[in-house]
Amino acid sequence: MARKPRLRTSSATKGRLRLVVVQALVLSLFVTLFARLWYMQVLGGEAYQAQAAEQSIRELVVQPARGLIVDDMGRPLVANRTSWVVSLDRTMLHKMSDDQQATLLARLSKAVDVPVKKIEARTLLCGEPGSVAGTCWNGSPYQPVPVAEDVRQQVAVSIMEQQEDFPAVLVESQNVRAYPSPYGINAAHVLGYLSPITEAELDEAKAQHDTSVHGASVVGRAGLEKEYDKYLRGRPGYKRVAVDSMGRVLGDSGEVQGKAGDTLVTSIDARVQAVVEQQLEQTIKTARRTYDKVTHKNYVADSGAVVVMDAKNGRVVAMAGAPTYNPKVWVGGITSKQLSRLYSAKADNPLLFRATQGQFAPGSTWKPIMTTGALNNGFSPSTRLDCSSGFQVGNRWFKNYESASYGSIGFDRALQISCDTFFYRVGYRFWQRYGTDEGDVNAKDPLVKTAKLYGFGKPTGIDLPGEASGRIADRHWKRAYWEANKSYYCKIGKKPGNDFLHVFAREFCVDGYAYRAGDAVNYVIGQGDTLVTPLQSARAYAALSNGGTLYEPRVAKAIVGPNGKVIRTIKPAKVGRVKLSRKSLRYVDQALLGTARTGTTAWKFIDFPLDKVHIRSKTGSAEVHGKQSTSWVASYDKNYVVLMMVTQGGTGSGTSGPAVRKIWEALYGVKGMKVDTAKAALPGARTPLGLPVFARDGEILPPVARPSTTKGKKR
Amino acid sequence: MSVVAVRPRSPRPQRQTLAGTTTRVKAARLDWVLMLAAGALLAIGALLVWSATSTRDDLTAGDPNSYFKKQLVNIAIGVVLGVMVAATDHRWVRILAPLVYVASVIGLVLVLVMGSTINGSRSWIQLGGLSVQPAEFAKLAVVIGMALLVAERTEGSLRTKEVRSLDVVGMLAIAGLPALLILLQPDLGTMLVLSATVFGVLAVSGARRTWLAGLFAGAVVTATLAVRLHVLKAYQLDRFMAFTNPNLDPRGAGYNTTQARIAIGNGGIFGQGLFGGSQTKSGFVPEQHTDFIFTVAGEELGLVGSAVLIALLGVVLWRALRIAMRTDDLFGRVAAAGIACWFGFQAFQNIGMCLGIMPVTGVPLPLVSYGGSSMFASLMALGLLQNIHLRSGEGIGVARSRLQRSRF
Repeated sequence: MARKPRLRTSSATKGRLRLVVVQALVLSLFVTLFARLWYMQVLGGEAYQAQAAEQSIRELVVQPARGLIVDDMGRPLVANRTSWVVSLDRTMLHKMSDDQQATLLARLSKAVDVPVKKIEARTLLCGEPGSVAGTCWNGSPYQPVPVAEDVRQQVAVSIMEQQEDFPAVLVESQNVRAYPSPYGINAAHVLGYLSPITEAELDEAKAQHDTSVHGASVVGRAGLEKEYDKYLRGRPGYKRVAVDSMGRVLGDSGEVQGKAGDTLVTSIDARVQAVVEQQLEQTIKTARRTYDKVTHKNYVADSGAVVVMDAKNGRVVAMAGAPTYNPKVWVGGITSKQLSRLYSAKADNPLLFRATQGQFAPGSTWKPIMTTGALNNGFSPSTRLDCSSGFQVGNRWFKNYESASYGSIGFDRALQISCDTFFYRVGYRFWQRYGTDEGDVNAKDPLVKTAKLYGFGKPTGIDLPGEASGRIADRHWKRAYWEANKSYYCKIGKKPGNDFLHVFAREFCVDGYAYRAGDAVNYVIGQGDTLVTPLQSARAYAALSNGGTLYEPRVAKAIVGPNGKVIRTIKPAKVGRVKLSRKSLRYVDQALLGTARTGTTAWKFIDFPLDKVHIRSKTGSAEVHGKQSTSWVASYDKNYVVLMMVTQGGTGSGTSGPAVRKIWEALYGVKGMKVDTAKAALPGARTPLGLPVFARDGEILPPVARPSTTKGKKR
Repeated sequence: MSVVAVRPRSPRPQRQTLAGTTTRVKAARLDWVLMLAAGALLAIGALLVWSATSTRDDLTAGDPNSYFKKQLVNIAIGVVLGVMVAATDHRWVRILAPLVYVASVIGLVLVLVMGSTINGSRSWIQLGGLSVQPAEFAKLAVVIGMALLVAERTEGSLRTKEVRSLDVVGMLAIAGLPALLILLQPDLGTMLVLSATVFGVLAVSGARRTWLAGLFAGAVVTATLAVRLHVLKAYQLDRFMAFTNPNLDPRGAGYNTTQARIAIGNGGIFGQGLFGGSQTKSGFVPEQHTDFIFTVAGEELGLVGSAVLIALLGVVLWRALRIAMRTDDLFGRVAAAGIACWFGFQAFQNIGMCLGIMPVTGVPLPLVSYGGSSMFASLMALGLLQNIHLRSGEGIGVARSRLQRSRF
């Protein structure tokens, strides 16, 4: 009996002892839980809260309406329209099972008519395995990726109505560029185009805390769209919506207001632009139907450009280049086929804006510039030189155009009839006086200096990106060119052969640096290696018109906020004065008046009211080695400069003359021999002084008319 | 099992004489702290279930209150079952225990034969409109089955009060049959809980330390072999280990554990308020009204609310262990301790899973998670605890005499 109770107690005690152990164990487990809870909710709380916000709040970008681009009368040249965009939320998509994903993609592909493979390629992040640069998504991985743009409204609405069938799919309306094209204008080169932001640009914007762009932004790539991008793009807004685990929107939870882009007012006038574009197109068409006796085929007329500038301030009224492209191809993404066409040489590089990016030998349009230089460096209006049928320089006979001979004449007549031999003699005199040492790169050259005074050889500084600088083929350039290329030509010269290339190569190898008399006489008539852009030339003529002021040309006039308030007025910047005597400029100005009456353009200005519209003009037919000549006409009066060129287009006045006349007629409302400025393209045939009026309701009205006192002033 | 037939020995007249007074005495002697804690857990649980499902149209088919109502019904049924268990005479409990055990084994077999598969394991049988999870009842059955065996063998023995090895083998056999059936489902979570419970029951029953150490070592070796011999497939292992690195099973357990952590971490100290949790409302955490119910508390009630929830569970366990300590009846002590081990480990397993310190396995949080079977089994277990408590409270003298008598 004594043993048993002891045993029983021992068993019970054992159990009780073990219960204490269990109690301690339970306590420690629960303390562990509490500690972990504290660690997660207090210590790590912020990180988890951030993650929670990231997945349950989706930031929807509210694309700002990009700013309008309007012309001088307030007509929209570039506007916006609504486009339906279907996007896919990557985060939500990847939460689905593979089967669900496949089903959804197939359904979506059918709805928006985009192949599944393409959708998949677009939703890959750039840098992910299998991503293809250009199609991959370079935006935030948490933002919905647009997979179909410009979807028909019917499709967009049907997807929105069947949200449950399209989880992770978003449909939004987006603003895209629209081209209202007043008077049928194109103006693609001036306006430019947009394309999606690149990853590098986005990274850079992020590094600079630039909030004006995000992954789905489009940015200006050319023309005004690029130059004034930061004003036009506005600032995107962000709408924060709560979403559930399947990506369905539960409700709004805050919005950061964006800001619409500013409106850009330009000095382009759609009516003038329309005339200019039509004339350029017509001129090229006509040239292509015209037989060239020299090359025994029709003119190729592969490209051309027209610049209409306000001579008083350097503002561009109209500017066109050919070939051009339809700016709409960029809207909502360009296809690679379209893009390769735009870049192809076969299509004559339609993206290249000939007016500012094309560089051409100026031909005889160079002569008035040279004349002002000569008159300031020893020659005078009373100078008389022989306009013979040819001129011997060294061992080479330089012919006059069509070997005509006009006897002893002055600068005025030489300009009007565009006498080459007269100018050869001018150039030769300077070379003889200063430059007979052919190897001296620092030899004085007043005519090169003159060209620099007019701003040739440097970009004009117009507010359009990618401008070319042109080039003055002076002694420095020739030396540099020789040094850069001599090894190449010397190698060719060593090989046997007596054709043109080999002979040239041998000569070039030896003394290609030499600036010979032949170079000097070629230079003075705008031949040889000197290149100008049509815009540079137009600006130089504007200086002749306004008495010697050189402007940085401007397309933009002002930036106006979405509320109609002017944010910035863009004044044409004066580069400076052409430092040549006013007398000499006036002399050339008067001489060029005669071109349309009795000179090279006279046959194209028959029955034109030249006594009311005082057109000064100069033609040019620049010869290009191996190609047909470039047709140039530069013309101006006190208000405008009209300059036109067509490459491989024939003679200056023959090809471009009629178009230039038509443009002048439009500018002044010329009908027969009558001038009716009321019918002119611009009210009163003058560029408007003020900006368009931005009405409170958002409408843009033409500017207030100029005071009538300016009418009847001398043009 | 034949032991059972020997049981109804107690003199019927004695009980009848007491019948008039016992009901009042019993009510007064209920463990009210346990009752209150359990009631609070049930109330909080129902609210959490409501919050987790009110915005889930895909689950509720449009009625935001449907799960709340269903859970209230579950609780009501469970309370009735629990009261029935509590009110049953302890002798009848011993008689009915084997029936409960046999019923749950049959249930587990039925599951394997005609069960429906949810989340990769075959754990449910459809009975009419109800889906029953026999594994939940099996836990209770194993606990009382083992308690019964040890009590019968030890109390009935003249020679020793020690738990003999044969008894341990018998207890393991009782646990082994349902465990095997659960492994076949496979339901790893329930298996883990069951193992911990069995271990606890063995420990409290007084099995020798060598047995405990041997079983523990055996479990470790078995687990190692299962991994080494690829009995567990690589994906199953990844799934199991996903709580350490969610990338091991990014769309399954890894996703669950990540979302659970985000939801709880999002709660902060005071939480986002009941029905105010952004993650809960948006349904980011899968199975949030059942296995991941704790994440609702974590997000909406914050550290404070979750700590209260853990503390309430702690109170339940404390009371259960207290009942185990105070009872002189071996059956009662082992059963109460077994229930405490079961609740304790399952709660730790469930909350630990939500907190990312335990593997993602589908076990419900006792008294809180949505679900009928688990609720019924838990409330029946609570009823049994009250039953044991009442009995130990019937008077030390009575108990002593009864214990003495039971040996003869």
